[in-house]
Amino acid sequence: MSTTDRRTAPLGYVPGASARSEGSGPSGPDRAAVRLTDVTKVYGSGARAVQALDKVSLAVADGEFVCLIGASGCGKSTLLSLVAGLDSATSGEVFTAGRRVSLMFQEPALFPWLTAGRNVELALRARGVPKADRRERTRELLETVRLTGFGDKRPHELSGGMRQRVAMARALAQDADVLLMDEPFGALDAMTRDLLHDELERICAERTLTVLFVTHNVREAARLGDRVIVLSSRPGRVIDEVSLPRTGPRRIDSVEVAEVAGRLTDRLREEMGRHGH
Amino acid sequence: MATDQALLGLDNLELGPAPRSDPGRLARKGWAAVWPKLLAIAIVLAIWELVALSGWKQYVFKGPGPVFSNLWNDALHGNLWSVIGVTLQSAVTGYALAILIGTVVGVLVARIPPVRAAVGSIITGLQTMPSIAWVPFAIIIFGENASAILFVVVLGAAPSIANGLITGVDYTPPLLLRAGKTMGLRGFALYRYLVLPASLPAYVAGMKQGWAFAWRSLMAGELVVQIIGQFSIGQQLNVDQSNQDFTGATAMIIVILVIGIVVDTLFTKLDQGIRKRRGLLDPATT
Repeated sequence: MSTTDRRTAPLGYVPGASARSEGSGPSGPDRAAVRLTDVTKVYGSGARAVQALDKVSLAVADGEFVCLIGASGCGKSTLLSLVAGLDSATSGEVFTAGRRVSLMFQEPALFPWLTAGRNVELALRARGVPKADRRERTRELLETVRLTGFGDKRPHELSGGMRQRVAMARALAQDADVLLMDEPFGALDAMTRDLLHDELERICAERTLTVLFVTHNVREAARLGDRVIVLSSRPGRVIDEVSLPRTGPRRIDSVEVAEVAGRLTDRLREEMGRHGH
Repeated sequence: MATDQALLGLDNLELGPAPRSDPGRLARKGWAAVWPKLLAIAIVLAIWELVALSGWKQYVFKGPGPVFSNLWNDALHGNLWSVIGVTLQSAVTGYALAILIGTVVGVLVARIPPVRAAVGSIITGLQTMPSIAWVPFAIIIFGENASAILFVVVLGAAPSIANGLITGVDYTPPLLLRAGKTMGLRGFALYRYLVLPASLPAYVAGMKQGWAFAWRSLMAGELVVQIIGQFSIGQQLNVDQSNQDFTGATAMIIVILVIGIVVDTLFTKLDQGIRKRRGLLDPATT
């Protein structure tokens, strides 16, 4: 199968799950990989308490690519931490159906004392992959993110885009079914970001990954998502949801993406305006 | 253009051309580092010689010539090497013990909050305490022997090493901790693969400072604690003082200084190696 063929395939297509985004509402599709029910998160207590999330309910189907957008203070990162199990909700339920979850950040967060290959290998080791298999698996993962031959480089010797791909290989090494991404391309230049969008789509299709992707960038959300969820700010609440049925590969500079992005921008500005007085 | 081709091209553009190999570069870099040092030594020797020629304290003060010939004779025919050997042996034993104790204490303080609350500030207090103040205490407890000297050296060096490690653990970037935890690193594995490697630069800085304190403490200990049958640098200095031997005492001071500088240079190299591998050195300066 050539690269082009893979890109024309519907993103993350899972037989039987095609109706997943049809008005299923916050209770979501039946085959949810991730489901949040009335999740509230409060940091601190008493007068100093800050509410990050307020009764957020959402569901992500198996193989679905969901983008979360919102202005500052919408609790996007908090939400990902809850799903990743790094933090626990104040009330409500976070359900990941026993799936493996891995998390990527805006910074690659690679360990600077290890080479690119060793960074990937450490994730395999943490998961208990036997030593004999680790080298070969590492090579395959670096090949997947098109970094064959760069395994011996240290993170600081690579460009920002390459580091982020090593981080992706490391996330894939965790053998996760669910990939949580916290503005993963936010610090990259537009050209690199476009290429990594293509790469991410290819990898997700190859591995049938479920993705929850947080971004500030409405075009990025419209380019990548099967569904875009809009969160309000302080506290974060689901205020809107847009389904983007996938007919073929999208381009970030296409009319369709621009049109959806425009609608999302309007919605976000409306929400920001609420805090303007 | 296919994505993979474009991506490959972009990677190559961003990495830039491979560095040209230049055999003369290393030699030039070495010389640039060496000549200022040689010049500084030459200036010191010249001033020293001038003071000697001026006739100041002429009955005791001697120029570099007699001092270095004394050192030379001592190296060829005297006990210079055995004196250095005895002192370095104490230094290595004491320093190794200090690393062991400092590391254990450092890990305990960093890991266990009540331990930190109890002894965290005491460690810093010990660090600022002049180690010579421990000498009478050590002699009372251990008597005039090698244990007393070791005790002083360990107390001098261990606090710096412990503090270095604690600082390193405290400054482990939170983002890396989050990354490690998502990877599934927990408990001992989190320490082994993340926290300790992340702490290494601060730990090495603590060891470097610890060495400076160990070396000072050792000299203080050797000057005061007289061990029969073990002739160390400190004892040689004592003998030279009793004999009013200016050239002998100055030769020993030079030996102390040189050993201190050599070990410090080794630590600096180690530190730079670590920082270079992590991309923490400005490429323009290396």
